[in-house]
Amino acid sequence: MTEYNKSELLICTAARQMADNTICFIGTGIPMLAAALAKRTHAPNLVAAFEFGGVGPDLEKLPLAVGGSRTFHRAEIASSICDLMEAAARGYVEYGFLGGAQIDPYGNLNATVIGDHDRPKVRFPGSGGANDIGSLCWKTIAIMRHGKKRFVPKVGFLTTAGYLDGPGAREQAGLPSGSGPYRVVTDLALMGYDDETKRMKLLALQPGVTAEQVQAETGFELMIPDDVAVNDEPTDEELRLLREEIDPDHLYT
Amino acid sequence: MSNLASGRGALFQKEKVDDLRHWVRENKPKGLMSKVMSEQEAIAKFMTEGCYLGVELYGSVRCPMSLVREVVRQGIGNLRLAGQGVLENDLLIAAGLVKKLDITYHGYEVFGISPVLRRACESGEVETVEWSNAALAWRFKAAAMGLPFLPVRSMLGTDTFTYSAAKEIECPFTGQKLVALPALTLDVGLIHVHRCDEYGNAQIDGISGFASEMARASKRLIISTEEIVPHEEIQKYPERTIIPYYIVDAVVHAPGGALPGEMPYVYWRDEKHMNLYFEQAKNAEGVEQYVEKWVRGTKDHEDFMKKLGGAERFEQLKAQATRR
Repeated sequence: MTEYNKSELLICTAARQMADNTICFIGTGIPMLAAALAKRTHAPNLVAAFEFGGVGPDLEKLPLAVGGSRTFHRAEIASSICDLMEAAARGYVEYGFLGGAQIDPYGNLNATVIGDHDRPKVRFPGSGGANDIGSLCWKTIAIMRHGKKRFVPKVGFLTTAGYLDGPGAREQAGLPSGSGPYRVVTDLALMGYDDETKRMKLLALQPGVTAEQVQAETGFELMIPDDVAVNDEPTDEELRLLREEIDPDHLYT
Repeated sequence: MSNLASGRGALFQKEKVDDLRHWVRENKPKGLMSKVMSEQEAIAKFMTEGCYLGVELYGSVRCPMSLVREVVRQGIGNLRLAGQGVLENDLLIAAGLVKKLDITYHGYEVFGISPVLRRACESGEVETVEWSNAALAWRFKAAAMGLPFLPVRSMLGTDTFTYSAAKEIECPFTGQKLVALPALTLDVGLIHVHRCDEYGNAQIDGISGFASEMARASKRLIISTEEIVPHEEIQKYPERTIIPYYIVDAVVHAPGGALPGEMPYVYWRDEKHMNLYFEQAKNAEGVEQYVEKWVRGTKDHEDFMKKLGGAERFEQLKAQATRR
């Protein structure tokens, strides 16, 4: 078994969540590597879409910017932000990746501020495309580092809609029916959402991690089923692809 | 159609669609005339203290950085600004020229949070109103359509909406909730393109980001271009004209104008210079030194290019460009 680091574990776990023959909004960093890996393993027909207009690039070289030329290298189309976001609004985009400073039990995300909005304690970059992706894609996958400061009972600023305050709330707010948070991938666990309560639920532990540890690092009560699976470790082949083909210069891993 | 809720953010730019129609009729030249001018002339002629500015695409990709640097040299302040921004908006904020910001994303992408934005917001120096990326592009689209607003399905149910200047409305046909985005008309728009003719007919290679919408939402549009081509070249492929001459007010020839960012298929980004900026941006003194040396300390774009390493460095970056 080859040794691996936390980034590689996150990438492999995220890659396994995506189905073949789907369109997926990705940003720079870990989501991009996950898409590149999924394409080379179980999902050869996965289509990476970048919000500024690139759809289906070969990802031969890793993009450094969501609008950079590598996001449309040998792509199907080099389009525009309106075109891509409107495709998502019409239901074409299955997955979207999200990140943030904070996440709550309903998958709501904060990427805007900590503290008062007008005189914040910490100013983060802001929504960017995240709010649109969280509103318009069918399923969103959040990638975060686990920790009590990040997994909070209530986000300080609700940048991007998860299930808002529970079942039916998205639809009530006017968001597309049947859409919403799908997975949360962290260095400790893989989580999903309970069908009835829409609260975050532990699905699988990362190798060597216990459910108690995950709960201790989560600032709210996590639904923990009796039977929790354990994720497979990154395989030698996954690690080889990542290190030799996808990110040979170790820009992200 | 009834309003269900209102964002508490201020509307930084208010325009009436009929006033704009009259303004366009009286002020925009419809005949073919050369608009080629220097960056100094273009910025001095069309930008004014306190005007509302928009820049496309964004700092690290196909961004009119040479024009932005000229805005800083001329010190045109109290700006209201739309962004989606990396280096360009960062530079304007670092130079103390921005008063109000319609913000979507402002950061350094894989290099993280912008300390320049942090200092400006946390001190209260810059007032921010929140939007999403698509919302901002759709606000330009509304203006481009000659409409006062556009209904969309982003921002619903969030604080991004609460701290925006949007309104929630009920669809007059279906009754469903929608967000009404107010049209955003720019006093001045800055866009960098691959090529255009002297009249302003412009082509962009690769993704067009929000250039099409923003160009049409700009009262005054300044184009900087890698190359000025004969009018006949444009006429040969008119379907490639993404920005037509009649919305363009100035054409500035600026090879390397997007540096230190990338220009797709023409040159790769100057990673070394970007790192230098990110490093200096960490504190107020550092970024001020950067602005002094690389912006105010350069006479014009040509001088900036010289300082960056001249033709030799430019050729290196061109050699690294993404190939088709």
